[in-house]
Amino acid sequence: MKSRIFPLIATIVVFILLYMIGWQRFPAFGTTRVVLNILTDKSFLGVAAVGMTFVILSGGIDLSVGSIIAFTSIFCALLIKDVGVHPLGAFAIALALGAAFGGAMGAIIHYLKIPPFIVTLAGMFLARGCAFLLSEASVPIEHPFYSDISGMYYVFEDKGRLTFVATLFVIVLLVGLIIAHFTRFGRNVYALGGDKNSALLLGVPIARTTIGVYMLSSVLATLAGIIYSLYTRSGYPLATVGLELDAITAVVIGGTLLTGGVGYMAGTLVGVLILGVIQTYINFDGGLNSWWTKIVIGALLFVFIALQKVLSSGRPVFKLPSLKR
Amino acid sequence: MTTSTQPILQTRDLSISFGSVDALVSVDFNLRAGEIHALLGENGAGKSTLIKLVTGVYAKDSGQILLDGKEINPRNPREAQLLGISPVYQEINLIPTLSVAENIYLGSQPMRFGLVNTAAMNKQAEALLNRYNIDIDVNRTLSSYSVAIQQLVAIARGVDMSAKVLILDEPTASLDRHEVETLFNVMRQLKADGVGIILITHFLDQVYEISDRITVLRNGFKVGEYNTDELPRVKLISEMLGHELTQTLGKQATSETAKPKNQEAYIRVDGLGRKGYLEPIDLTVNEGEIVGLAGLLGSGRTETALLIFGIEGHDQGTIYVDGQAVHLRSPSQAIQEGFALCPEDRKTEGIVGELTVRENVILALQAKRGWFDFIPIKRQQELADEMIEALHIATPDAEKPAGQLSGGNQQKLILARWLASEPKFLILDEPTRGIDVGAHAEIINIIKRLSNDGMSLLVISSELAEVVDYSDRVIVLRDHKKVAELKGDEVTENRIMQVIAEEPNV
Repeated sequence: MKSRIFPLIATIVVFILLYMIGWQRFPAFGTTRVVLNILTDKSFLGVAAVGMTFVILSGGIDLSVGSIIAFTSIFCALLIKDVGVHPLGAFAIALALGAAFGGAMGAIIHYLKIPPFIVTLAGMFLARGCAFLLSEASVPIEHPFYSDISGMYYVFEDKGRLTFVATLFVIVLLVGLIIAHFTRFGRNVYALGGDKNSALLLGVPIARTTIGVYMLSSVLATLAGIIYSLYTRSGYPLATVGLELDAITAVVIGGTLLTGGVGYMAGTLVGVLILGVIQTYINFDGGLNSWWTKIVIGALLFVFIALQKVLSSGRPVFKLPSLKR
Repeated sequence: MTTSTQPILQTRDLSISFGSVDALVSVDFNLRAGEIHALLGENGAGKSTLIKLVTGVYAKDSGQILLDGKEINPRNPREAQLLGISPVYQEINLIPTLSVAENIYLGSQPMRFGLVNTAAMNKQAEALLNRYNIDIDVNRTLSSYSVAIQQLVAIARGVDMSAKVLILDEPTASLDRHEVETLFNVMRQLKADGVGIILITHFLDQVYEISDRITVLRNGFKVGEYNTDELPRVKLISEMLGHELTQTLGKQATSETAKPKNQEAYIRVDGLGRKGYLEPIDLTVNEGEIVGLAGLLGSGRTETALLIFGIEGHDQGTIYVDGQAVHLRSPSQAIQEGFALCPEDRKTEGIVGELTVRENVILALQAKRGWFDFIPIKRQQELADEMIEALHIATPDAEKPAGQLSGGNQQKLILARWLASEPKFLILDEPTRGIDVGAHAEIINIIKRLSNDGMSLLVISSELAEVVDYSDRVIVLRDHKKVAELKGDEVTENRIMQVIAEEPNV
């Protein structure tokens, strides 16, 4: 068996297990409502996590995600409300801005050789600060387009709702999966995360790939911000503080190695779903303090990282020593 | 042989320097289409530098690189690859976490509808590897296979991509005889197809078996360009090591033998070895004696040092210190026994560049005493000042970061570190590599002085003149085996070279 796939299988098993536990206590887990609610509720986290998967696969990290979401929500809200731009126009401008922002971070990381942690930390403060600069308070969005979007959903027989934003998340995930596994860019990302030095010598365009990865992550964070504004019908500068950490958690629980080079996009979906299931269970219970969500996720994260360590110590994940005689 | 004389890859006056070190000086290299060209030289001769310039890893300082007569300036390995120049490096530069097939076709995957066609890619990879008689699951991760398979995969990739020029840097290091034969067959096939092949190897037998021509580099200079069948083995070695055979520079035996010496073997190594790493070796070092370890790059010199010092484990043999058998399982045990080793690569294995000169000096002594028996700062300063003076280390004071010293002074600093721990047995691996002439002479003087003070030394060096100068005895290694032990009047450069050049099994 390919040991690469083992963390993914472990994740799926954990998900099924958690779901079964939930189902056994709350029969509502047997309906499509729970899963579809999770998809809707976690849609912006999920979209951001797809971008984060690319970043982590490349051996990097992106801490600016949550701030970019908040900035985008407030930026779009003001463009629509005060400037009078059509929401689609506002989205396009925001996405272009996000691409430029991510591209700039990638370029700094590559050309100035500054660790991604530092560069995206700076990006995080910058985007959050800009969000507050635009507005210190929440800005509601009232536009017919927004009402139309929230009216777009498919209702299953058992009243589960497949919303527009949930669908968007699934589409983004599928596109991300194809990019990661079936394009040269995607394979270059894996190569970069597997061994940067070798990737360079093998002719992988390091600059283009690094910049592309952070650009993609920021564009997806911007898209997540758009989804957030559609979902909440507002822009809010204090939104999604620390969401990047949830995204990293989902990616790691999904079986992607934090050291880069190994992982599956599908795992990220399962990782997001696991976070959603835990939260749903604790919400349903009512008696449990909601902080239990954090505790369970923390424990789970620890178990998964330990699992990865055990798996990776059994085989040389890192570059083999040279055979100099 | 129908080797065409048309050059496919040329360099003219190619030069590059790193800091104050001239790595390559005005080198003209000529590779013809349809030839196998061996690029030879000792460690630090500039072979790898030349390859990295041609493949765009380094940018040249001056000179020209011509492909098919047209000047090229590859800025990175990718551009070189697109021009048809593909290298296979000695360290396997593949991605361990990707599958075998992906490693072979990274960057040139077969596409369908704009997407990577994994099925076709795996099929192609299987067919390609079949040419090398390798039948493996190409969908598994590279790291799940042996080093030999990984090396063959790297070669298969290089061969598959090389439209014009294939560069093989020590390709056979991890291959067995049968695998080498397979590789040679593929090389002959490519040669017939008009591909120019540059081969770097330390196996001289293989050079004579497969190559058409030879270029020798030494200290960044081109020494010469020869037809392989016109260059005798002994001549080749003297070109590589840089000494004429006719030059009989015997040991000035009379003046040196006056040393007072206790002739009891202080260190005795009895059949020490490890399967596949080093053939069992016997050697002794007396008190106050300097034993030289000579041999070409890759002959097992460094391996011997690493085994004795306990960095690499041995599976046979025993080490005796002063007649007592000791079991060394780690360097820290070796240090406790009074051993010390100055490694060859001071950048990666020796100096801690961020620490100050003082901190570097006390490192080994502190380790020997254990980390809880802290050396008082005052004593540290005294020690550092002592060493700076004794070894003439050029530094304004002991608090300068060691990384800012020159190469020669870094080398002295490593020596100082081990001397501070007051070893009884010191192993030096290439103590004079890459340092300037003045520092060179000083280090040799220090070596002699230490021996006069009663220290036992084992010194590895490629500089034969140097080895002959200070060694009481010289042990010659070839192909990971001790082949001779020279003493007294036999310790001459000529004799050492003759021993190295002897045909194996003759």
